[in-house]
Amino acid sequence: MKNLARPVLICTAILLVAVLLGIGVGSIAISPRASFTILWQALRGQPPADADSAVQTIILLTLRLPRTLLMLLAGAALSGSGCAYQGLFRNPLADPYLIGAASGAGVGAVAAMSLNWPTTNLGYLAVPLASFAGSLLAVFLVFRLARTGGTLPVTNLILAGVAVSSFATALSSFMMVNAGGELRRAFVWMLGGSTMSGWKPVLGMLPYALVGLGALLALSYKLNILQLGDEQAQQLGIRVARVRTQVILAATLATAAAVAFSGIIGFVGLIIPHIARRIWGGDMRRMLPLSMLCGGAFLVIADVLARVIMAPQELPVGIITALCGAPFFLFIMRQSKEGSW
Amino acid sequence: MRTAIREAGYSAGDHAVLRDIRFELPPGRLLAVIGPNGCGKTTLIRAISGVLPYVQGECHINGTDLLRADETARARLLAVVPQSTYIPPAFTVEEVVLMGRTPHLNWLGTLSAKDEEIAHEAMRLTDVEGFSGRWCSQLSAGERQRVILARALAQNTPVLMMDEPTSHLDLRYQIEFLELTRNLASQQDKTILIALHDLNLAARFGDSILAMKDGRVAANGSPAEVLVPERIQEIYGLPVEVFQSPGKQGTIILPM
Repeated sequence: MKNLARPVLICTAILLVAVLLGIGVGSIAISPRASFTILWQALRGQPPADADSAVQTIILLTLRLPRTLLMLLAGAALSGSGCAYQGLFRNPLADPYLIGAASGAGVGAVAAMSLNWPTTNLGYLAVPLASFAGSLLAVFLVFRLARTGGTLPVTNLILAGVAVSSFATALSSFMMVNAGGELRRAFVWMLGGSTMSGWKPVLGMLPYALVGLGALLALSYKLNILQLGDEQAQQLGIRVARVRTQVILAATLATAAAVAFSGIIGFVGLIIPHIARRIWGGDMRRMLPLSMLCGGAFLVIADVLARVIMAPQELPVGIITALCGAPFFLFIMRQSKEGSW
Repeated sequence: MRTAIREAGYSAGDHAVLRDIRFELPPGRLLAVIGPNGCGKTTLIRAISGVLPYVQGECHINGTDLLRADETARARLLAVVPQSTYIPPAFTVEEVVLMGRTPHLNWLGTLSAKDEEIAHEAMRLTDVEGFSGRWCSQLSAGERQRVILARALAQNTPVLMMDEPTSHLDLRYQIEFLELTRNLASQQDKTILIALHDLNLAARFGDSILAMKDGRVAANGSPAEVLVPERIQEIYGLPVEVFQSPGKQGTIILPM
């Protein structure tokens, strides 16, 4: 728990650089300096100085800034909850994607969207709730299916997670095909492309992500004690069943918030907590906040890559994270075979 | 302050694992629990520490019935050194020992200077201070065992229960570990219960011996009363000889 300040400063600096890249890079480049000027003027309510900067102001304030913040929030929510799941299941391979939380959230979101694609304000608040319900159901199923007797074997967890995930993904695809209409948009959403622009999705995600991540931060000490195993944690005075439920609720809420507005973005919740643990150790009071900061930065940068690689065409950001994540996942598997953590 | 267990019983399904266990423990004493594999030593400790559901009977420490107390209250009275020496690898020794303070902390786990002091005293006593900054993945089994003991001491409870704590230790650390434990009992007036396989160690360090067989108390008394050839043969089903060693350290039990 020592020296939390320094890594937090470093990660915050990385995050700031990522955000500057996120709002600066694109078909019209905006320099960090110009960005600062525009933000400063917007905060003070001043009109832009000339026609050029007027265009830049519109691009920055209505397109790039909300999108960058959306990616930041989604990245923080996914890696924060991934970190919590890894700690909770005491399994380095657990992440929102693998244990079915993300796919379950996808089913909930698609179901809500096929009823009412979120154009109204109510829709923006209802979609995360539907994802939350879907997500909880999936996690609960995986947990129940994987549990044998009093234990939760690693293989069972992964197998049940993969099975429930595939089922949920198939279910979402089925609903999307059945709903007809704008298929491409829905599929891009599924792959983690942000198809909704403007501030509404950011404002829709914000309250759920803040509540979920805040609760996780508050639970981080108890999550530490759970690392000792249920029996020892209980002998140290922790109400294991209650804490576990609280962590699942908070992590699943954060996952659902991310998935509802930015689609299914795999591997963020897996890679980032691993990097954080390898650099700063397994204390959850360090790992959780640092994972959130790094996860936000990672997803913002992945989004910049997704916009740049095939410009002017955009790739769904989920493709970028999977391209980086899948090899890393295999690397972790090799490492844990060799008995390291 | 006395620790008293009355008519404790525990069943797994139809099978009664513990039946009619009763004993009392005065403070400052070390009780060694012996018995063959599967006789219920581990189950007894798990039942008292509240890990098992639906345990019958009563277990009073200091007037509080442990079996009906909540987790925090129980963890302030009783610390357990479990048989498993699992420690999460990505924590340092110091972090793990500080976890012993959990029942005394608020829900955010804020540590005070006093908590740190108690944890460091526990590390000093168990001789793990020298590697307090090391990752737990780099510890040997014996070092892990002492880290877990340090964590239990940091819990600062009147009663301490240990399940085969010396099974991973070499000869020197077995003796040192049990001597340390006996000193804790006499100097800090702790009540200590240790499940042991090694009868010679039980004879040497136990102030009294509780022998179990098939989930029942088979014998309870001083080492001289319990550790006699007929009793041991009855409990383990193996003939033994009991010698008094010419040195000062008492009894030797030798299977025939």
